[in-house]
Amino acid sequence: MGNARERKTVRLKTPVTDADLAGLELGDVVYLDGLIYTAREGVYRRMLENGETPPAPFAEIGNVNFHCSPAAAQQEDGSLKVSAVTATASFRFSRWMKDWFAASGAKLIVGKGGMSEEDYKALFVPAGAVYLTTVGYGTGALLGRGINQVRAAHWLDELGIAQAMWVLEVEKFGPLLVESDLQGNSLFERNNREINAGIEKLYEGLKKPSLQRYGETDDREQELI
Amino acid sequence: MIAKEAVEQAAYEIMFKAGIDIPDDYLAGIKQMASAEDGDLSAFVLEAMLENYEAAKEDRRPMCADTGVPRYYVKAGNEAKLEGGFIALEEALRSATARATHDIPLRPNRVHPLWRTDHNNNVGINAPEIEYSFEPDADWVDITTVHKGGLFGTDYRMLFPGDGIDGIKRFFLDGMIAFGKRGLACQPAIVGVGLGGSKDTCMVLGKQAACLRTVGDRNPDPKIAELELELQELGNSIGMGAMGFVGKSMVVDCHIEVGYTHTGGMPMSLHAFCLSSRRATVRLHADGRTEFRTDPNWFTPYMRRESVSWEMPASAKRSA
Repeated sequence: MGNARERKTVRLKTPVTDADLAGLELGDVVYLDGLIYTAREGVYRRMLENGETPPAPFAEIGNVNFHCSPAAAQQEDGSLKVSAVTATASFRFSRWMKDWFAASGAKLIVGKGGMSEEDYKALFVPAGAVYLTTVGYGTGALLGRGINQVRAAHWLDELGIAQAMWVLEVEKFGPLLVESDLQGNSLFERNNREINAGIEKLYEGLKKPSLQRYGETDDREQELI
Repeated sequence: MIAKEAVEQAAYEIMFKAGIDIPDDYLAGIKQMASAEDGDLSAFVLEAMLENYEAAKEDRRPMCADTGVPRYYVKAGNEAKLEGGFIALEEALRSATARATHDIPLRPNRVHPLWRTDHNNNVGINAPEIEYSFEPDADWVDITTVHKGGLFGTDYRMLFPGDGIDGIKRFFLDGMIAFGKRGLACQPAIVGVGLGGSKDTCMVLGKQAACLRTVGDRNPDPKIAELELELQELGNSIGMGAMGFVGKSMVVDCHIEVGYTHTGGMPMSLHAFCLSSRRATVRLHADGRTEFRTDPNWFTPYMRRESVSWEMPASAKRSA
C-alpha cells in the first residue's frame, strides 16, 4: 500500500546548528533528539509584551520552539503525565516571531500549517531559522512516543496546561516535514501554486450564487494565511 | 432500571475508545484512500497517519493531542428507565468527562470564550453539549461521544432555491478549498452537509451527518444519496490531498442530512470531521448489560421523522 516515494530522512540533535539547518531541503523528513520547549500566545505575551524574564535560560533549554499544547494532566504526586502531543496552527504567531527570535535565539520552529512565504522571508531568513511542520496533523501518538520525559512545565499555574512553557526531552521525535528552508521557500505554497492552477475549471459551468457575502473574494490566489 | 453508576462508567469508557481507537469503517476508508493516493507528499502523510493509529492503539494514548471538544449524543428508548432520570444522566456525563480528561489524559480544551478560564477538565458553562433523540419500542439508552475539533472546517451559508445544486456544489468547493489548504481542516475527512432547517438546525444536522454516520452509509433518499457521492467525487477532484499537499484524498465520505426549511431559502452547512475521526457508542440495556460499538446508529427511520397522521378537515375538503 501507499505510493509515497522514499524521502530523505534526517535526525537532528538539539540545540540545532546552522550547519544542520543548511542541509535541510523542502519535504525532508526530520526527527529530533534532545530538548525542545513549547511557547505560544501566553509565553509570547508574558515575555515580549510584559517584558518578563524567561522562566528558564535558553542556553539550557535549546533553540527549538514547538507550537504545541499537550494532552497532559497533573498526577497526584505532582508529576506531569504527557500522553499525546500535536501542534497548534502557527500562522497566528507571526506577529511575535521577529521579537521572539531576537529574545530566544530560536532556530527551529515546529508547528502546524506553517506561515506565509512572505513571513519566512521577512522574519525567518534574517534570523537564520527554519520551520518544520508536524504531519497529519494528528500524529499525536507517534509524537507522544518520542517524548522521554517532561523536564519542566514553567508558568503552569499562571498559564494553565495548554499555554505553559513545557520543556520536553525527546528521542526520535517525529515525523516532521521541512516546510521552509533557509531561503524562506515554503513547501505548502509550492503545492498551493500547483493546486490553484487547476481550481478554476472546477467552477466552470456553476452559476454564481444569488447573494454574495461581504468580504468574499473569487481570487483563488488569495491565501487564507 | 439503568443505574447512574453504570451510565458514568460506560460514558467514561467510551471517552477512551473515542480518543484512542480509530473506528473500523473510517480506518478502512483511510486505507483505501492511502492505496489510491499518488500525490507523493499526501501519500507520505497518510502512511504516517496509519502508523499513528497503530501507535495509539498499542500504547493506549490519544491519536491526536488536540482531543477536540467532547460532546454526547443520547438516544433514549421510549420505555427506558433511568435511575435519577435525565438529570442524573447529565450529571454522570459531566463527571465522566472530567474523570476521562484527567485519566487518558485529554487536552483540557474548554475555556471561557472571553476570560479564557479553564477548569482543566473539559466541563464548563454549556459544556459538554448533550443532544437527545428518542426511539420507540426500546428500553435501552445509547450514548455516543464525539471528540471533534472546533476551529476549522465548518461553515454556513444561506442559499436560495434558485441556486439549486450548482449553489450547493459551489459552496462545497469554497469551503473545502479554503479549509483544506495547509491541512487546517485535517483531511481526508468525513464531510457532513446540512441542507435546510433554520440556521441552527441546519448546523446541527450537518454536524450530526459528519460525526454520527459511518463510511459507506447512504441517505435513504436515492437522489440525496447520489448527491452525496457526487460531492465526495467533487472534493476528491480538487487536486488537494492530505495536509493540503497535491493529491486527491480530501473526502473519505460525504453525508447529507435534510430538514424542511423556509419556502424562500435553502440554507446549507458544511462540517469536516478530521483524520482522527473520533466516535464511540455504548448501549445500556435495562438488564445492566453494556454493549460497545462504533456505529452510533443515530439516523434511524424514526429520527428522520417525515410525516404525521393527519386528516384534512371536512371544511377544507369542501372548498378544495
